[in-house]
Amino acid sequence: MATPRPSVPKRLAGEVPATLAHVDAAEWTEAARVVHDAGGRLVALWGADRRPQEDAFSIFAAYATAEGLAVVDLAVPAASPAYPDLSGLFAPAGRMQRALRDLLGAEADGAEDARPWLRHGAWDEGEFPLRRDFDPAAPRAGRLEPYPFVRVEGDGVHEIPVGPIHAGIIEPGHFRFSIVGEKVLRLEERLGYTHKGVDRRFGDFSVAEGYRLAGRCSGDSTVAYAWAYAQAAESVLAVVVPPRARWLRALMLEGERIANHLGDLGALGNDAAFALALAQFSRLREDWLRAAGEIFGHRLMMDAVVPGGTACDPGERHVRSMAALADAVEREARELRDIFDEHSGLQDRFIGTGRVRPELARALGLVGLAARASGQALDLRVDFPAEPYGALAVRKCVSGAGDVAARVRVRFEELFESLRLVRAIVDGMPPGEVRVDLPEAAPGAFGVGWVEGWRGEVLVAIEAGEGGRIRRAHAHDPSWQNWPLIEHAIMGNIVPDFPLINKSFNLSYSGADG
Amino acid sequence: MIPIMLKILRTGIVTEPAPPPREEWRTRAAGIQDEVLALLGRALVIREVDAGSCNGCELEIHAVNNPYYNLEGLGIRFAASPRHADMLLVTGPVTRNMEQALRIAYEAMPEPRLVVAVGDCGRDGGIFGEGYATCGGVAKVLPVDVSIPGCPPPPLAILEGILAAVAARGDP
Repeated sequence: MATPRPSVPKRLAGEVPATLAHVDAAEWTEAARVVHDAGGRLVALWGADRRPQEDAFSIFAAYATAEGLAVVDLAVPAASPAYPDLSGLFAPAGRMQRALRDLLGAEADGAEDARPWLRHGAWDEGEFPLRRDFDPAAPRAGRLEPYPFVRVEGDGVHEIPVGPIHAGIIEPGHFRFSIVGEKVLRLEERLGYTHKGVDRRFGDFSVAEGYRLAGRCSGDSTVAYAWAYAQAAESVLAVVVPPRARWLRALMLEGERIANHLGDLGALGNDAAFALALAQFSRLREDWLRAAGEIFGHRLMMDAVVPGGTACDPGERHVRSMAALADAVEREARELRDIFDEHSGLQDRFIGTGRVRPELARALGLVGLAARASGQALDLRVDFPAEPYGALAVRKCVSGAGDVAARVRVRFEELFESLRLVRAIVDGMPPGEVRVDLPEAAPGAFGVGWVEGWRGEVLVAIEAGEGGRIRRAHAHDPSWQNWPLIEHAIMGNIVPDFPLINKSFNLSYSGADG
Repeated sequence: MIPIMLKILRTGIVTEPAPPPREEWRTRAAGIQDEVLALLGRALVIREVDAGSCNGCELEIHAVNNPYYNLEGLGIRFAASPRHADMLLVTGPVTRNMEQALRIAYEAMPEPRLVVAVGDCGRDGGIFGEGYATCGGVAKVLPVDVSIPGCPPPPLAILEGILAAVAARGDP
């Protein structure tokens, strides 16, 4: 028996300004158009099997609007699950819809690209891992299927296939370059190699415990994911987190941003043949990770953010030591920025390389630091600040140039801004408890979390089931939005600049593959 | 140029002494024959393969190359091609979508070849376990010599594990 589905948007409890509305197909399309015309963005698209409660599937879309996050839930019949295509209005929907078809078997009516995305052949066409009747443990032949890449034809055009295993210590994915001479005419990405079945796996956890899985969607963003998960869980459980825990979470999130920027600035220098950058920045990153390990018990701060607060309170002395380290790192990073700025060879490789113009960034829905380097002033810490960000007056670091140089510039500026924030957080850190007890989740309760990680916005949605279990959950990585932009950024550049362009975005394979 | 030289001089050498190998992480004690170790000596080339990790292990493998641990200073370096490698360093629960690529990389290596599984995922699938998308650890796909625990293992543990796989008799 279907539960009544009101179409009036309902405000969700918790830290994120979010609403949930149950819609029909006409309202689904109308909502997309209204959001699009008002300049909103598609944040995530996912689906769930509603059986046995209802004989239907849910198709969810989460939009960023001026008011916050608007989630719409379209119920489609389980026997013929189809929903209106969104990729015509929101470019990032394309791959998400393909993934949704692979996992749930729900078709986007009118979508142009019907090729599989996450399904490489490990499970059969006609099998859908997110359906209740799918047996994840059943033995499968798992024969990988060939993928129909788009071919570029013409005089002197040839292809370079790269991956899934790349030359360095990098995540796996396949890049198909069509080139003339050294110039790239077209790049086509094929991802999904690190698909671990996260959405399905969430169902094996309780709402209280799922943060550990969320924190392993993309290891470099473990704090952002764990915080987004915690927000979603706290929304489901209607608990309020103590102030000190919020400030500690922000300390960790900025710490994660700093660690990643330090690592990537070194790698960017190295990819332009400036080995000193890697040696120096990787040393600073190591200093930072060692401090994080000492203070939070884990170098990457995994499992440190938990639903209800934080796993531990490192204490005043430890928290204070973070500010001293921030001073030391800032001093050295400023020296290194001067060295970067005055190094003509480095600037020659950075400037004009891998350009994503602001119009393209807006049209294709770029997010996070890459968007800010292409003139898009988006930052959840400023636009929808969760405590303590409202009190910290975060500065958005924006550049309009959209090239590798702009992304390097934004990285440096965000590094310095986050170092400032670390000091401000240490100064403003309130005393008190860091964790509250969790009640058992009410079956059917729904919540979302939405956090500006170092790469961009991470979204987690949870629906509780019986006995405190997770009925359905979804984790969304900002790399979904940004991967397609690399296909544009490389056009007209030379092949040897690809590693540099790729690193300047440094997107997550694991996060987007799910 | 002068600021660069000054920066190098002021930083100095920060490399720390290498840890002893962690013999107890060996999973195939008999698999690593003395002759193999003699053949490899102390120069080792590693091909790293991410078989579906969350990228946390990659971050810490990168860290063993930083100046504090200075892996290359021990005669150990990472190569782009498995054809040049003595050791396959594998992370992740081995996703079904990476299983074939991992096997191909292993087959491309010259004998003798060592396999080190990094992290809890590499060990037994970790939090992802074994399922429709994951094989449940490197040993489900390849013969593993050493398995390094941790999520992710810190750089020192990775170093100890690599050294356990190549520890030559009596060598420090």
